[in-house]
Amino acid sequence: MAQTMQFDLVSPERALASLQASAVQIPGAEGDMTAMPQHAPTITTLRPGVLKVESPEGNSEYLVTGGFAEIAGDSLSVLAERAIPMAEMTRDQMNALIEEAREMYKTAKEEDQPHGLVEDAAKLLADMEALGTHMSL
Amino acid sequence: MPSLKDLKNRIESVKSTRKITKAMQMVAAAKLRRAQEAAEDSRPYTKRFNAVMAGLAASVGGSDSAPKLLRGTGSDQVHLLVVMTAERGLCGGFNSNIAKLARQKAAELKAAGKTVKVLTVGKKGRDALKRDLGSDFVGHVDLSDVKRIGYANAQAIAKDILTRFDAGEFDVATIFFSEFVNVVTQIPTAQQIIPASFEAEEGESSGAVYDYEPGEEQILADLLPRGVATQIFSGLLENGASEQGARMSAMDNATRNAGEMIDKLTIEFNRSRQAVITNELIEIISGAEAL
Repeated sequence: MAQTMQFDLVSPERALASLQASAVQIPGAEGDMTAMPQHAPTITTLRPGVLKVESPEGNSEYLVTGGFAEIAGDSLSVLAERAIPMAEMTRDQMNALIEEAREMYKTAKEEDQPHGLVEDAAKLLADMEALGTHMSL
Repeated sequence: MPSLKDLKNRIESVKSTRKITKAMQMVAAAKLRRAQEAAEDSRPYTKRFNAVMAGLAASVGGSDSAPKLLRGTGSDQVHLLVVMTAERGLCGGFNSNIAKLARQKAAELKAAGKTVKVLTVGKKGRDALKRDLGSDFVGHVDLSDVKRIGYANAQAIAKDILTRFDAGEFDVATIFFSEFVNVVTQIPTAQQIIPASFEAEEGESSGAVYDYEPGEEQILADLLPRGVATQIFSGLLENGASEQGARMSAMDNATRNAGEMIDKLTIEFNRSRQAVITNELIEIISGAEAL
């Protein structure tokens, strides 16, 4: 029997998933990574992307927009700022998200905010757009 | 002595008041359930978030390069009080209790020679504090057309606060909200959010040494602003549940009072009706005797 670990996906508004998973692909800030049971304890921030969960009961996908993941050997918690199950995702929602990112980029650029917020917003926008094409809804 | 007609009218009006308070109580009960669920749904996130932050803060916090949000500005001269209340009244002491706590804290700070600035969230708190702290208001967040509090609302408030912090408008920020214990108990609470303080839950730390990707400090810098939003969000949700709980018990009391009043008025009405009848009888009898 394949080894599993406790996987939790929570957003501030609700807990989306809590199940046994055999592997989870995480869109980390510095690149995708797949966490399997007995992974070294790691904390990584997320970029907007798709979270893929493999479990004995079947696979599922979630769209996450930022947050972080805590990997601890026998458990994995993803704390996403916003998480939407892929099955509930529609093109319109995606467009709304992209539009939001674009708006954020625009205001950040206009106000000339410090702390590299402009770059962050630009990166977010690029990530979102890439995600939109990738999903090919 | 009010006439029979007056009494009848009063009874009718109290009866309709009772109907309204009863309806409000039931609406509040339904909303309370939803608000409580929302607060409970957000708890796992907040709990884990704080646990991770506590670990991070412990390992980075001591160094000089720690972010300002964690370390503070090095002074505590200017305080920002974020007072979160409801948009509506008729919920017992809910709003005034929060306002009272904020007023008390402001007086303490002023006595210690600090500068106080006030940001209000929710109309009722603004109204309650206008007289004492009106000159210290720096902003107001209106949530009256928000049906269901979402994380986005908290983020907007957090962004406002962080912008002010970056502009050096204040050194310490404290949020005021009411913690929901149960329907009859809500505790007005003050919580400092900047500089951030995270308390790990007992027995939560696994003792594992984490790899951080990207570096610890970068993660911390990324997460601290989110921490502010998370704390505000959980404050807002607690407030939401507390408001409905307070309204429910306030309306329950009002309904009961109205019931008592109706009983009293009905007795008075019956007595005066009897008095009128007795009077008429006496008149008839004495009229008959006179013949």
